[in-house]
Amino acid sequence: MSAANGLPEGASSGAPQHASNGAPQHASNGAAQHASSPLPQHASSPLPQHASNGAPQHASNGAAQHASSPLPQHASSGPLLDTSNGRPRDASHDTAPTITLAHGGGGRAMRSLIESIILPAFDNPLLAALEDQARLDLTALIALGDRLAFTTDSYVVTPLEFPGGDIGRLAVCGTVNDLAVSGALPLYLSCGFVLEEGLSIEELTRIARSMAAAARDAGVSIVTGDTKVVERGAADRLFINTAGIGVIPGSAQIGADRARPGDAVIVNGTLGEHGIAILIARNDLALSAEVRSDCQPLHGLIGAMRGACPEIHCLRDATRGGVATVLNEFALSSGVCIRVREAAIPLRPEVRGACEILGLDPLYLANEGKLVAIVPPQSADAVLAAMRAHPAGREAAIIGEVCRQPAQRVILSSAVGGDRVVDLLVGEQLPRIC
Amino acid sequence: MRFTDEFRDPDKARALVKEIDALARPLARARGTPLQIMEVCGGHTHTIFRYGLKSLLSEDVIEFVHGPGCPVCVLPMGRVDDCIALARDPAIIFATFGDAMRVPGSQGSLLQAKARGADVRMVYSPLDALAVARANPQREVVFFALGFETTMPSTALTVLQARREGVQNFSLFCNHITIIPTLKAILDSPELRIDGFLGPGHVSMVIGNRPYRFIAERYRRPIVIAGFEPLDLLQSLWMVIKQLREGRCAVENQYTRIVPELGNVPALAAVQEVFELREFFEWRGLGSIDHSGVRMRAEFAAFDAERKFSIPNLKIADPASCQCGAVLKGLIKPRQCKVFGSDCTPERPLGALMVSSEGACSAYYQYARFAEQAVEPDSGVPA
Amino acid sequence: MCLGIPALVVGITDARNKLGLVDVCGVRRQVNLACVIDAGQTPESCIGDWVLVHVGFAMSRIDATEARLTLELLQQLGEAQAELEALRAGAVEH
Repeated sequence: MSAANGLPEGASSGAPQHASNGAPQHASNGAAQHASSPLPQHASSPLPQHASNGAPQHASNGAAQHASSPLPQHASSGPLLDTSNGRPRDASHDTAPTITLAHGGGGRAMRSLIESIILPAFDNPLLAALEDQARLDLTALIALGDRLAFTTDSYVVTPLEFPGGDIGRLAVCGTVNDLAVSGALPLYLSCGFVLEEGLSIEELTRIARSMAAAARDAGVSIVTGDTKVVERGAADRLFINTAGIGVIPGSAQIGADRARPGDAVIVNGTLGEHGIAILIARNDLALSAEVRSDCQPLHGLIGAMRGACPEIHCLRDATRGGVATVLNEFALSSGVCIRVREAAIPLRPEVRGACEILGLDPLYLANEGKLVAIVPPQSADAVLAAMRAHPAGREAAIIGEVCRQPAQRVILSSAVGGDRVVDLLVGEQLPRIC
Repeated sequence: MRFTDEFRDPDKARALVKEIDALARPLARARGTPLQIMEVCGGHTHTIFRYGLKSLLSEDVIEFVHGPGCPVCVLPMGRVDDCIALARDPAIIFATFGDAMRVPGSQGSLLQAKARGADVRMVYSPLDALAVARANPQREVVFFALGFETTMPSTALTVLQARREGVQNFSLFCNHITIIPTLKAILDSPELRIDGFLGPGHVSMVIGNRPYRFIAERYRRPIVIAGFEPLDLLQSLWMVIKQLREGRCAVENQYTRIVPELGNVPALAAVQEVFELREFFEWRGLGSIDHSGVRMRAEFAAFDAERKFSIPNLKIADPASCQCGAVLKGLIKPRQCKVFGSDCTPERPLGALMVSSEGACSAYYQYARFAEQAVEPDSGVPA
Repeated sequence: MCLGIPALVVGITDARNKLGLVDVCGVRRQVNLACVIDAGQTPESCIGDWVLVHVGFAMSRIDATEARLTLELLQQLGEAQAELEALRAGAVEH
C-alpha cells in the first residue's frame, strides 16, 4: 500500500518528512501529477473511532470459507481499492507471503500459522497447551477478590498501524482498561482474529508481537484465541475481538452512579491524541503533525490512585465519544451536574491546532490511555499527586467538580467565562468548514 | 495560539460585557424591549453558543436574532437529492465538505447514501477533491461547491488549476450563494425589526466593506463587520450599540486585522472569471431570491456538473411541519418551532438548521435547550 | 463558510502553482497562496507571514499591527472601567 504523505517531497524549507506506517514513501516527482495536493486515502470516511456501527454482518463461526458477499460498507473503511493506482491493497507485497483461505481451514496451514506466529508471540503455558479452552485455577482467583470482572470488545480500526500503536496494542490496552476501571486486577485475555485473505503475514506478525509486548507491559496473558479467514473484500484486513477477565478486590466500590456534589473531576493527562493521530494517519484531510496515539494500560495508574484514595467514586476510560461522553454517563447515572472549565482541560498544542483547523471539539475525541475519575473532595489533592508521580499521569489535572444543579447535565465554563451545555454526541463528529 | 488566544481573554471579555450592558441598558429601557441584534453569519451563531456568550449578556438588554448566513442550512431538499443522484452514479466519486453530509434530502442524507453504497468522500478542501480526480482518471469526480463568497474563490481557483493541468474528469456541482440579496430580503421583511447587524467577517475578507453601505445609507441601520473569536463578537456588539447610542448609521470594521476595505483582489478576479450570477436561486425556507446564486460561465462547461450530468433538479417542498424559514429569518427562535426537540432532533432532523454545526436549531439543541429550565435549589430535579 | 484559522507560512512546496506549507501549533498542511501573494512578488515572499486559512486556501494576510491595536483598545477599555469603579468606590466611602 503506498503511503501518501501529508505533502509532496521537495518542500523548500521546514517541511517534515512524513513517513506513515513505515510503508514505502510515495515519490512525487513535482510534475503536474500530484503537484498541487496530497493524495487522500480512505477519503470517504468520517472521523474514525473504533467504528463499529454499520459493520458488515458476516458469519464467522464454523466454516472458514466465507460465502461471497457484496462490498461491505462500514464506517472505518474507504473503498477497498487503493485509489493511487487502482490495484488491490497490499499489492506492494505481491511477492511476500499473505494470508490465504487455507490459513483458516483448520488444517495444516492454520496450525502452522498458529505455531509460527501466534504461539511464539503470546508465549504462555496456558495457550501453549493448545486445548480448545484455557483452564484457570479458581482458588487462585478467589484469593484476589470477591468479584470477577469480565469484558469484551472488538477492534476494527484503520489503518492497522499508526503513530503510537497498532490495532493489536489497542486491543490489549483497551481490554485491560475496561477491566481496570472497575478496580479489577486484569489477568487473562482471549483473542479472536478475523483475517482478510491477502493480509500480509509480515504485518500480522508485527501486530501479534505488538499484542504480546502490550500484554507483557500490562502483566496479562492471552490464554485462548481463534482465527478465521474471510475472502478478500469481506473484512477490512484484520479485525480483533477480545474478552478479558480480572478480579475485583472487595474494597473497590466504583460505579457511575456514585458521584456526589462536591466531588472533584480529574483526568490523567492531555486529551484527544488517539483521535487526532488516527485522523492524520488516514490522511483524508492531508494534515501532518507529530501526534501519537496515547494507547497505554491504566491499571498501574489506577492502583496508585486507589492507594491514595480507596474510595474513588467513579472511574471510566474515555474512548469513543471522548471525555464528554463519560461525563454525561456519570451525570446521568448519578443524577448530578458536572461542571468543567475549558481553561483547565489539558491539550497538546498539535491537538488544539488540528481541532481548530477542522472545527472539532476535543472533548469528544477518542482517547486510548486516558481516564476520568471522580473523587471525594478531601482526597483530590492526594490522588492528583499520586497520579503525577506515575508515568501514565504526569499531566493529570482537576478539570471540574460535581454540583447538584442542573441535574444530569454537564456544563462547560468556556474560555471567556460563559457557560454552555456539553451534550452527548449525535453520530460521529465530522470536520466542518463553517 | 497566536492571533487566537488573545481574542479569548476572559478579563477583556468581562470588561466588554460591562460596557455593553452600560451602553445598551438605557436604550433597551427606552424602547421597552431588548435591542435586536442580528448576527448574519452562522459562524457567529456558533461562536455565541460555543462560548456561552448569551449567559454573559442580559436577556432583557440584548437579544440575538440569528440570521440566514449558513449555506448548509439553506440548502433545499431538492438540491440534496441532486447530490445523492450524482453520488449514486457508479462512474462518479462525489466529494463534499463534512458539513453537508447529514443534511436530509427527501430520501435521506449523503451520509446515509454512502452507507448504502454511494461513493461519497469527505474532503477539507476543493484541492483535495481535485487530487482525487487526478488519482482516479477512469472516474468522474464531482465536488459539491457550497458556501457564500468566502468559499467561492477557493472553488474558482481550483477550477482554474484543473483547466491549467488539463484535468478532464473534475467538475463542480455549484451551490454558491451570495449574501447581499439575502440581507436585502431580511431588511425588506415587514415582520422583522432589527436594530443593528453583526456583519460576516470572512465574506467581507473577500468582498470588502463597501457592499454593505446600502444597509447604513438606505435602511439606516448600523452594521459592524465582525471577527469570529469571542472578543471580536463582543467588541462588534459594543460598536453597534455605540452607534445606536450616538445616533449614527455606518459600516464599521471591527475585524481590521483580516478584512481589507476593498476585499481581496486576486480572489475576486478568480470568482469573476469562473462564475456569473444566476437570475434567481432557491433557498430552503426563504423561497426564491433574485441574483442570490452563482453558476459557472459557459466557457467552463467542462467543469460544470449541471451541464455534464443529468440531475433530477426537482423542487421538493419542505415537510409541512417545518418552520425553517421563520427561524432563518429570525422571526422565531428555534425552541418556538413546533417540532423543535420533538419531531426534529439531531438524530432525526427535519431540516438543515438542526444538522449544521452553525445552524441556530442545532446550536440551541446542543448548547442551550436546558437553559430555559427553572431550577429548584437542592431538590435534585429541574422544575 | 466561516471557519478560518490563523496560520504561519513556513515554506513553499510548489512555487509554480503557488502552494505553500502552513503551520498551526505544529499541525501542517499544504495550502494555496494565490490570494496573498502581492502582484509582482514571489511565493517565497510569504514565508514568515501569518495568514488566514480557509478550506486549504490562504485568504488574507493577518495585519499584526491592527491585531495589536484592537487588543490595546480592549485593554484600555478594561483599565478605564477599573478606574471608574475605583472612583465610584472611593466616592461611596466619602
